[in-house]
Amino acid sequence: MSPLTEKKKGTLPISMKLLEDLAKFQEIELDDVELTFDELEISLTPGMMMGAPAPVPVPVKARVKPTALMEDQVGIPIQEYPGSIVEVKLGATRAEGGTRDRVLTIGGETVPAFYSFQASPPHRPVIAFDVFDWGKVPLARAVKMHFREVVNDPAEWAKLCVEKFDAEMINLHLLTIDPLIEDASPSSALKVVENVLQAVDVPLAIGGCGDPVKDLAVFTAIAEATAGERILFNSVTLDMKIEETAKVVKDNGHTIIAFTSMDVNKARELNRKLYDFLPKEDIVMDTTTAALGYGLDYAFTVMERCRLAALKGDPELNHPISSGTTNAWAAREAWMKMGPEWAPRELRGPIWETITGQTLLLAGVDYFMMMHPAAARSMRTLIDNLMSGGSQSEPTEWVSLKL
Amino acid sequence: MPAKELSPIEIYKLLPGTNCKECGETNCMAFAAKLVNREATLQECPPLLEPSRSETFNKLWALLKPAIKAVEVGVGDRKVTLGGEYVLYRHEFTYFNLTAIAIDVSDEMPDEEFEARVKVVNDFEYEYIGMKLKLDMVAVRSTSGEPSKFEAAVRKAAELTELPLVLCALDPAVMEQGLAAVGDRRPLIYAATKINWKEMADLALMYGCPLVASAPGDLNALKGVAKTLWEYGVEDIVLDPGTSWDEGVMETLNNFTILRWDAINEEEEYLGFPLFGVPMVTWAEKTEDPVINEWNEAMLASALVTRFADIIVVHSISGWSHLPLVILRQNIYTDPRKPVSVEPGVNTYGEPDENSPVLLTTNFALTFYTVASDIESAKLDCYLIVVDTEGLSVESAVAGRHLTADSIAEALETYKVGDLVKHRHLVIPGRAARLSGEVQEVSGWTVSVGPMDSSGVGKFLDEKWTPNPE
Repeated sequence: MSPLTEKKKGTLPISMKLLEDLAKFQEIELDDVELTFDELEISLTPGMMMGAPAPVPVPVKARVKPTALMEDQVGIPIQEYPGSIVEVKLGATRAEGGTRDRVLTIGGETVPAFYSFQASPPHRPVIAFDVFDWGKVPLARAVKMHFREVVNDPAEWAKLCVEKFDAEMINLHLLTIDPLIEDASPSSALKVVENVLQAVDVPLAIGGCGDPVKDLAVFTAIAEATAGERILFNSVTLDMKIEETAKVVKDNGHTIIAFTSMDVNKARELNRKLYDFLPKEDIVMDTTTAALGYGLDYAFTVMERCRLAALKGDPELNHPISSGTTNAWAAREAWMKMGPEWAPRELRGPIWETITGQTLLLAGVDYFMMMHPAAARSMRTLIDNLMSGGSQSEPTEWVSLKL
Repeated sequence: MPAKELSPIEIYKLLPGTNCKECGETNCMAFAAKLVNREATLQECPPLLEPSRSETFNKLWALLKPAIKAVEVGVGDRKVTLGGEYVLYRHEFTYFNLTAIAIDVSDEMPDEEFEARVKVVNDFEYEYIGMKLKLDMVAVRSTSGEPSKFEAAVRKAAELTELPLVLCALDPAVMEQGLAAVGDRRPLIYAATKINWKEMADLALMYGCPLVASAPGDLNALKGVAKTLWEYGVEDIVLDPGTSWDEGVMETLNNFTILRWDAINEEEEYLGFPLFGVPMVTWAEKTEDPVINEWNEAMLASALVTRFADIIVVHSISGWSHLPLVILRQNIYTDPRKPVSVEPGVNTYGEPDENSPVLLTTNFALTFYTVASDIESAKLDCYLIVVDTEGLSVESAVAGRHLTADSIAEALETYKVGDLVKHRHLVIPGRAARLSGEVQEVSGWTVSVGPMDSSGVGKFLDEKWTPNPE
């Protein structure tokens, strides 16, 4: 039994925890906050609504009226899916050459997301928490209030996420290495990573700053010094030196996220280039997460298309999918002060992140990078329920429900 | 045949072939292509409506009809269409009719609460990319079980709103009295079950109203009820496979998926009807704070929007829980075949003069409308240059090299911005900050970096704008 399901003894304790995560919102002041997520790609191209065609008249057929209830059977649509998603192991124990007490496996799906009438998902999708190495990272107030005491210490921040909020993994984002921020050296970045590895026993993902040259330099220093840890590097992009990046990952026993910007063909191209140097089992893919209302439709469909294509046998897309769900906070509706009819924003923000994540969960995402404790907890509870194999208990008689 | 596999040729072969242009197209082949894309309907072809072609019309109708029947509820401007869908996954074609959102009231609610809830549904509106997002329906529940109380509640709801109604009562005697009051409004009847199907079917036929077939947790029974209703003569059917939260959510999503898959990919008989979801089952759980129920309901409602529901009944009336839901619904039902962009060029706001600010953004519709509405609400007099970034937002246009110093300089040139103002001072979006130096170099304009979010544009110009900075 996983540590996450162990806690689940009915729904009430989880609701209480959720309420605790949310409860603080009543205490805080309602300043506006300038919020940005420069380090995360936010983009999209949604479509327009088209008027639906008007209904056309129905040709009527002659029928004999039944006098008793008729019976019938619904077919369960079991499909042959020639493809399957590779499994990627995240983190390594001492016996495996790392130092983690807990390790995770993602991927392995053989059917579309949660089509469990056909097959149960082989592994739980993972909820990881974002941690930044730069105390000035702009965060929405609803998020920041949970991390205020630790924002200047990534190791403490990571510890808080694991111990208090049950983070299954930590995504450490090395923002200080950005030449436009502090241009911190690879060795100072390594120091941060070592501190975080010391502080927590869960697997680690390491994010760069988006500068293709600097990221490679920093990833190289970290990968070599932490060989065998199966760290998930976030990420390799088409404009990086792909051969060099891939070899650093492979030679030192790590894994990597192949990041592309909402384009199935680009995702294929990057994976194909990586295959020359890296086993498939070391690659997770991220096709970009856009916030609810800001291109989520596009993000959802690209991920769904990738997953379905992979299951239909496309050999260049069959990787677990990662989502920067924290991008949900780029939506102004997630953080902005709006009219009283939309208040409080301290609920609007985390529900925004939750629904962004949940929608992508149903598209097939395996690895979520999240921030708000209530959003993360809600996602985990939903995943627990989706994995439970439980069936509908007595149907709720909602028509006569007295509320 | 599934819609995604239909070709214009197959349709063209059956059209009159007169190339009469009465449909507005240049020839029958062009009209066939429009039909296949569901951008035109058969009624737009007058020759096809002649009695001699009725057999052909029926053949075409059968080829073009949606896999999920379009069921209309309500009358007048605000009537809703449920279903009318052709595909399982949106990228295979597009979805057409937004999942309708109904808010419930009950026949034992105090007047004040009842009226307040209907008012929330009536007044709900959120402006998003130039569209007004709304709630759609009011569901009246019989919690008393008394026909007269139900009738009074239904009558009251009908007086308070133009929106379509869902009448919810499992006792046919109760339903009958409700229908007697508002049957002419074409409400959706909830529901026919294994037990009451015959009485409910008679009521649906008598009042000409659509009817929900309901068998929570039992797909075979549900299909049996739907089949019975259909054979009995009820044609506008909606399917309710039951909705559960907590550990039951898996089975709920399974059932919605199975029904939609079978209807679309297997064309299984009696299943090609809209699906009915009830996120308000989350309110059955006693919690220490109703916020928990609202939160769970928002999640379940969103999951059902993603997984094929055509109508949902929700209990919350909180804006924070409805806003993500209506936006998600809009996103999922957006036509993925048409990327959204607006015309590039120069837009003017208020009454700008030669000393007014010149702002800049991209032609991605969401970006443009957001910036435009912020400019309008700040009551600014200014020019806004809309650069053609092939419909990308500022951030991705910068990353993807669609918004560059060169493309900005070119836009300034093409749109003759220099003729509109005396100064040479351009404000670029905060998210394009890294281009500022280069833009200055290439265009010769002085560049200021605006706020990261355009909601701050009024304040920014107030504090920082001068036509000729040093």
